[in-house]
Amino acid sequence: MNVLVYLVPMALGLGLAGLFAFLWALKSGQYSDVDGAALRVLSDDDLEN
Amino acid sequence: MAETLDLSLYAKPAGNGILGMELAVEGIACGACIARVEAAVKRLPGVTEARLNFTNRRLHVAWANGAVQPAQILEALEASGYHGYPFVPLRAEEEEAAKARQLTRCMAAAGFAAMNIMLLSVSVWSGNVTDITPETRDFFHWASALIALPAAAYAGRPFFASAWRALKSSSLNMDVPISLGVILALGMSLVETANHAEHAYFDSAIMLLFFLLVGRTLDHAMRRKTRAVAGNLAALKADTARRFAGDELVSVPVAVLRAGDRILVKPGERVAADGTVLSGASEIDESLITGETTRRKIASGAMIYAGSMNYSGALTLKVTAAGGAALIDEIEKLLDRAASAKSHVMRLADRASRIYAPVVHVTAALTFTGWLIAGASAHDAMVTAIAVLIITCPCALALAIPAVQVVASGALFRAGVILNAGETIERLAQVDTVIFDKTGTLTLPEPRVVNASALDPDLLQKAARLALSSRHPLAVALSREIATHTPFDGAVEEPGRGVRTVIDGIEARLGSAEFCGIVHPACTGSNLTRIWFAHGARAISIAIAQKLRPDAVEVVQALARRGLDLRILSGDHDEAVAPVARALGIGDWRGRLKPADKITLIEALKANGRRVLMIGDGLNDAPSLAAADVSLSPISAADVTQAHADAVFLGERLQPVLDAVDIAHRAHALMKQNLWLAAVYNAIAVPVAIAGAVTPLIAALAMSGSSLLVTLNALRAGGRRQ
Repeated sequence: MNVLVYLVPMALGLGLAGLFAFLWALKSGQYSDVDGAALRVLSDDDLEN
Repeated sequence: MAETLDLSLYAKPAGNGILGMELAVEGIACGACIARVEAAVKRLPGVTEARLNFTNRRLHVAWANGAVQPAQILEALEASGYHGYPFVPLRAEEEEAAKARQLTRCMAAAGFAAMNIMLLSVSVWSGNVTDITPETRDFFHWASALIALPAAAYAGRPFFASAWRALKSSSLNMDVPISLGVILALGMSLVETANHAEHAYFDSAIMLLFFLLVGRTLDHAMRRKTRAVAGNLAALKADTARRFAGDELVSVPVAVLRAGDRILVKPGERVAADGTVLSGASEIDESLITGETTRRKIASGAMIYAGSMNYSGALTLKVTAAGGAALIDEIEKLLDRAASAKSHVMRLADRASRIYAPVVHVTAALTFTGWLIAGASAHDAMVTAIAVLIITCPCALALAIPAVQVVASGALFRAGVILNAGETIERLAQVDTVIFDKTGTLTLPEPRVVNASALDPDLLQKAARLALSSRHPLAVALSREIATHTPFDGAVEEPGRGVRTVIDGIEARLGSAEFCGIVHPACTGSNLTRIWFAHGARAISIAIAQKLRPDAVEVVQALARRGLDLRILSGDHDEAVAPVARALGIGDWRGRLKPADKITLIEALKANGRRVLMIGDGLNDAPSLAAADVSLSPISAADVTQAHADAVFLGERLQPVLDAVDIAHRAHALMKQNLWLAAVYNAIAVPVAIAGAVTPLIAALAMSGSSLLVTLNALRAGGRRQ
């Protein structure tokens, strides 16, 4: 069962990475306009800049 | 725009010479609007940022100071077919946003921890019935502790803080048993882990936090959504006033008006602030203030109130009280009286937690002493007592009411009812008497043509198109009859008399009988106003009056069928109230009531044990709304009135009132059902825990099972009406 010694921390590390990714997304305002984001993806207007 | 519009109130410095402004945007229908709105604003020179939030229909604009005037931004929006209304974000709204972000972060942390601990716990549970070695189990328990302790310290803060506040004011709320349960479960598990025990409850503690945080986050998200819509509506309603700056007129937001300012009110406009008339004479409609539909003639020296509609002539006012402070003394005194007499109905959740917390804590204490007496070791007795605290986890109980509230306020929101306070639903469900104001509540807020079916459609059509050229309130009422928005060319308005133009080579006139050259029989009833339209030799007389909301009769009948006692209390004269009451089949009505009379009647009803729902819109209704057990007002209501209503409904129809009553009834029934479900769950789980038979596996199953059950049950609150 020695494999657990690094598998458990690895699982934890991956989970933490997910958690911080979510917190970062939250902080950068990606959840402030969820309806708009769904529609903005369809628009090509950002290509000209 | 003829006059300059001064919007400097709304522009906020954002550093580096950049100014920022928030706008509520009206007219956004689909995704393509995002690009159109942003492009329209970004085309202006000096605009550095324009971002539309599609979810709450708000536009954030930033520009280099001096490069562009805020009014130009509004004009650019106007030109592309949208209306922008600047507003200052409310402090309360910002605080809620911060609170919501904190809750979401806590929920994320608890969710992460719950998943990872569960991963370890499931291994331990399956290992316990097969061949896990004690060393591996200890390792898993320590790993769980490593995740659980920091996660609980972080994610539990909203509960700990609230529990601490309650304890400091020596009261109990639901957060006290929650915090106690979590802290004891974690502490005991830590001790058990150090002693190489078989069971640890890290998973239960964290799962409890996670479930509760999900519930609270959703609750908050719903409240923020309604808050945002309410904020936008307030921005849409915010009027501008024409203020004299020297001899020049500048349009300013009403919010910047100060006592002593001079303002101009044109015909067809609402008066923006209380004031005395310096010059000009006119007729004003004060129905939004007193409920009285007969217009009052005023001349210089007269005092008029904010919200009055100016009918015939331009008025120059000296502002005496500005903005929201504009209140009639009498109303203000009554409001104080009504607010102090307001009955505080105890909320279901508070009642439940007041019973729950002591019962649970006493049970745990009894379990501890019981096991000690039965000869168990202090350690074992303690473990069992803590298991009782964990299993009676208020999870189901704490979700029972918020979950229903979230779903029900969502349903209300879709029905066009915006709640000011969450517990409105509970109070609304207990109503047995409904009191309506008449003007603007049962009737539409603005007058309408009432004899359209009796008139020549072609002439009516022409009259309505001609009416588009005038701002006179009667003309505005007439122009609502048609869908087109293109006025006739060359229409000339003669102030105080009417509008004329030439249609198909023949002169057409719309206005008073004399103006149209018509000899007419004298006065025709006090609540009817007639205007005439003459096209050559053909002429029609158009009757304009307060009209019932389109579905008023059906809604009132439906409310009566639900066994509610319906009444009308109006400030208008009896002759105007009687036909409305008759049309609606409401036998119990009173007219000519002063605000004080309304309160007295409501208080008498309350003294008889009635639960009163008051629906009203006028400034004169504000005290009665505050006095009633629960109150609704239409979105067209006076600002002060809306502020005192528990909920505001949108649109021209009265249907939201019926929906609100129905949804509240269903929600209240579900809340009680949920509380019973939680009680039944505890009745089964507690004996098991007292017997000492609860393992972490059973605790986890019982807790998630019961939480899921009450949440699923709560979802029924949003169901469609039959």
